[in-house]
Formats: sequence, C-alpha cells, structure tokens
Amino acid sequence: MIKVENLTKYYGKRLAVDNISFNIEKGEIVGFLGPNAAGKTTTMRILTGFLAPTSGDAWVAGYNILSQSLEARRHIGYLPEAVPLYSDMTVRSYLNFLARLRGLEAPKIKTRIEDVVAICHLEEYADVLIGKLSKGFRQRVGVAQAIIHEPEVLILDEPTVGIDPIQVAMTRELIKELGREHTILLSTHILPEVSVICERVIIIHQGKIVASDSIANLSAIISGVKRLRLEVSDPSEAVAERLRQIEGVRQVSRQDSHYIVECSGSEDPRAKIMAAIIQGGWTLLSLESVEMSLEDIFLKLTTKEETAQ
Amino acid sequence: MSKITAIALKEFKSYLASPMAYVVTAIFLAATGAVFSISPSTYMETSINGFLSIGGILLLLFTPLLTMRLLAEERKMGTMELLLTAPVRDSEVILGKFLGSLGILTAMLALTLYYPILLFLFGDPDIGPIVTGYLGLLLLGYAALAVGLFASSLSSNQIVAAVVAGGILLALWFVGMAASFLPQTLGKVINYISISYYFPDFMRGVIDTRGVVYYLSVTALFLFLTIRSLENSRWS
Repeated sequence: MIKVENLTKYYGKRLAVDNISFNIEKGEIVGFLGPNAAGKTTTMRILTGFLAPTSGDAWVAGYNILSQSLEARRHIGYLPEAVPLYSDMTVRSYLNFLARLRGLEAPKIKTRIEDVVAICHLEEYADVLIGKLSKGFRQRVGVAQAIIHEPEVLILDEPTVGIDPIQVAMTRELIKELGREHTILLSTHILPEVSVICERVIIIHQGKIVASDSIANLSAIISGVKRLRLEVSDPSEAVAERLRQIEGVRQVSRQDSHYIVECSGSEDPRAKIMAAIIQGGWTLLSLESVEMSLEDIFLKLTTKEETAQ
Repeated sequence: MSKITAIALKEFKSYLASPMAYVVTAIFLAATGAVFSISPSTYMETSINGFLSIGGILLLLFTPLLTMRLLAEERKMGTMELLLTAPVRDSEVILGKFLGSLGILTAMLALTLYYPILLFLFGDPDIGPIVTGYLGLLLLGYAALAVGLFASSLSSNQIVAAVVAGGILLALWFVGMAASFLPQTLGKVINYISISYYFPDFMRGVIDTRGVVYYLSVTALFLFLTIRSLENSRWS
C-alpha cells in the first residue's frame, strides 16, 4: 500500500533522509520509531506530498507521489505533528471544509461528518469553536479530519504527543480501531506505544533505517540483553568482581550505591546473582530489571550493525 | 471548481469572523466619506471624483492589511500542511484565496455605493464616469490583492507580508512620479508600468484598454508568482 524506494531528502546541505526503502502492505499498522530529528516527519511529509524528495520515489495506494500526486493525496489521511486546525471554525464547519477540499461528494458530506464525529467521540463538541477545545479534543479533531474522506492510508505523525495519559489511551484505542479498515503508518518516539498499537516497526535513526521487523522479533533482539539494577548493603569493588564471575553476566557498572548488571542468554540470572551476593556475606537490598530505553536500542542496533561489518 | 469555491467561501467567512476586515472597512468608509462630503467636485461637478482619487490611494494602503494573513497565517499555524496535502492543485488553493479576498474587497466597495446614490437623489450626475470609476477602482483593488497575496506567500510573519506588499504597491505607485524627472522616452516607458498612470482615465469616464490590460496583467502575474512561490516551498 505504501512503497518507498531509495528516498533521499536534503535540506540545503543537511541530509535528513538517507536513501531509505520500505514496504507497507494493505491492512498493516506500522510504527515509525526514532528519536527527534531522525527523519520521521520528513519521510511522512514526502509521502503526503507536502515536500518533494531530493531523489528516490514512492507510491501510495498504487499512485506515484510525484507524477500522480493528486491521486495519491486523495487516498491519504494525514495528521501532522502540529495538528492543523482553524481556531475560528467550529468542528463541524472545519470537517465540512475539509470534506469538500478532499472531494467528498456533496450529498455524502453530512452523514460522513456525523459518522466521523461519532467515531472520534466528539458529539458534544461538534458545534464548539476549535479554539475553545482542550488539547486532547483538538487531537481528536485532527484524527477526524484525517479520516473524513475515507482514505485507504493513514499517516499519523506523533498522534499522542502532548496530551494527558487518559487521552493517550483513548487515542491509541481509536488508532487500533481505525487499523481494521485502514493501512496505518504512525510515528512515535515512545517505545511502549509501538508495542501497544503496531504489528511491525521501522526504526529510523539519523535518516537511515536501522531495523524493520515485527514487534515479536524486535523484542527478542531487545530482550536478548537483560539489565538488572541491584542495591547491596556494603558496595565495594569486591561486589562487582564477584558479580562478573557469574555465568551470563556481561558487564557490571556502578552508579553510586547501585550496580547495573547486563546479562545475556536465555536463562534468568537473578537466582544466581542473589545466591552469590548472600554467599559473599553482603545483603541484597533490592533487585529489579531495567527497561531498555529507546536510546539503548538505537545504540544496540547501530553498534551491532557495525560489528557485523 | 468546487474546491476553489470551498476555499474562497472559507476565506470569506473567516474575514467576517475577524476584526481586520471591519476595521479596514470602517476606516476606508470614514476617510472616503469625509473626502466625498467636502470635495468641491461633489458639488461643482456632481461627480464621485473626490471619493475616487482618495479611494485609489487608500486601497493601495489597506489591501495589504486584508491579504497579509491569507498564506502567512496558514504557514504559521501549520494548516498549510493541510492545504498542500489535500488533493487540490496549488493553483486552486491560490485562486480560492484570491477569490475570497476579492469577495471581501468587492463587498467593501459596494458599501460606498451610497455616494453616487446621494448624487442621483440630489443632482443629475453623469453616469459614465461613475461606472468607469468603479471599474477602475475594482481593477486596481484586485491587482493590489494579487500583490498582497504574493507577499503573504513569502513569509510566515503577517507583518512582514503586509510591509512587503505595501512596498511593492508604493513602488508601483511612485514610479510614475519618478518618470517626470527622466528623459522623455525612458519616462514614457516607466509611466507605463506605474499603477497610477491609468487610473485618472477611468475617473474621466474613459475605458482605456491599456489600463484594463495593465491591471489584469499585474493581477495574473502576481497570482502566477504566488503559485510558483508555493510550489517552491515543497522543494526547499
């Protein structure tokens, strides 16, 4: 449904997107994951026709984004990072304007607006000026405008940024629901969000795709390394030394009174660690596993690639 | 076509929802009304020339205030992304915007129609110069709107857009004055590109084809430049 081939974008001399290629099949929900300034927004802007690529090509719903731009745009619903709203319009008149702009036939518009308002739970706010809505509701109006013309492809740029946790949960639920009828590409820099919504992840870093895989495979890569944080009663170099001797422990580092232990292998090393600490005569105050942050994953993926070369 | 209408209508409505159009109209009506009521031409010739001569200058001053937000605000608010990713040609966006502003300017000028109506009630004015005068005013105004729209496409700052538009219009206005200091042939050429050169003919009741062509050309040229400027933003 979305096909990208060797896409490259320079802003002046700065390289924003570096020769990326990927495919998204019909019905997939794909997460576009990366830190800020990784090239997510630029790629999405190229796909939606807002920007032209420096080189490379892309197809959306079978239409070339350059030579058949209008056709391609007709099949895309797009929610930019900064939700594009006219604050002097009511929700209904805003949706009406966009429905007409996207070429929805006049007799259909009214019922479609009602449908979309219901899908996004905006019934009570349909006749309120957009400028008077809270951020979470504005986000929903943004989603509503993206789906008003029943596009086959939805491109959502950081749809859950800047809204409160309850709204985030609702938006995620909404996106999942939309995923039944639409092909969705959504960008985010929040790792857990991807695992909640998406089936597949494309990780982009400094303009390059560093990984493209299903959530299951990716979490296997990630969980190949376990991180534990432990606190010991009498921290000293001897503790670290003892920890390093345990089978499966790759690295031990000290942070104040805590030790960060990186382990590899499928076995859970916690029992062994506990036993070793007690045998050494120390007291184990706490032991917890630490989630790997997005940065750690990038680091892991990028360094892994380099060692493979 | 329906997309152009959608954009034009939206633009027209947002003029009505914001204070700028009302402020501009109020000042325009107050100033032209004052001049009309004290101008000797109103009483001696029963003509609207007093209103027309100040009206032309005021249009050049005020249209940048009407056009400055047209594209600059879209860029600032991020709604440009909405317009440029909708299945709408850039030319349709620009035409829609232009027609919206044209609508509000025409409505503003329609409110001045009571000047000639007063003349008809209390005198026996010549209808020819009144009709051509309004034609000239409309053509001048539309050309100024196109210039303003172009200026608005250059920046996301509305003030900058207004100043640039005012600068271009004043240059086109004053270039006529510079013409009198130049050698004859050169002066003549310069006169032809002056926005003020053709207007007096319309006030006298003459429809000069050159004038009509000039104003329409300026309008078309700046609309074209605006479309190019919009296209250019995709490639930056």
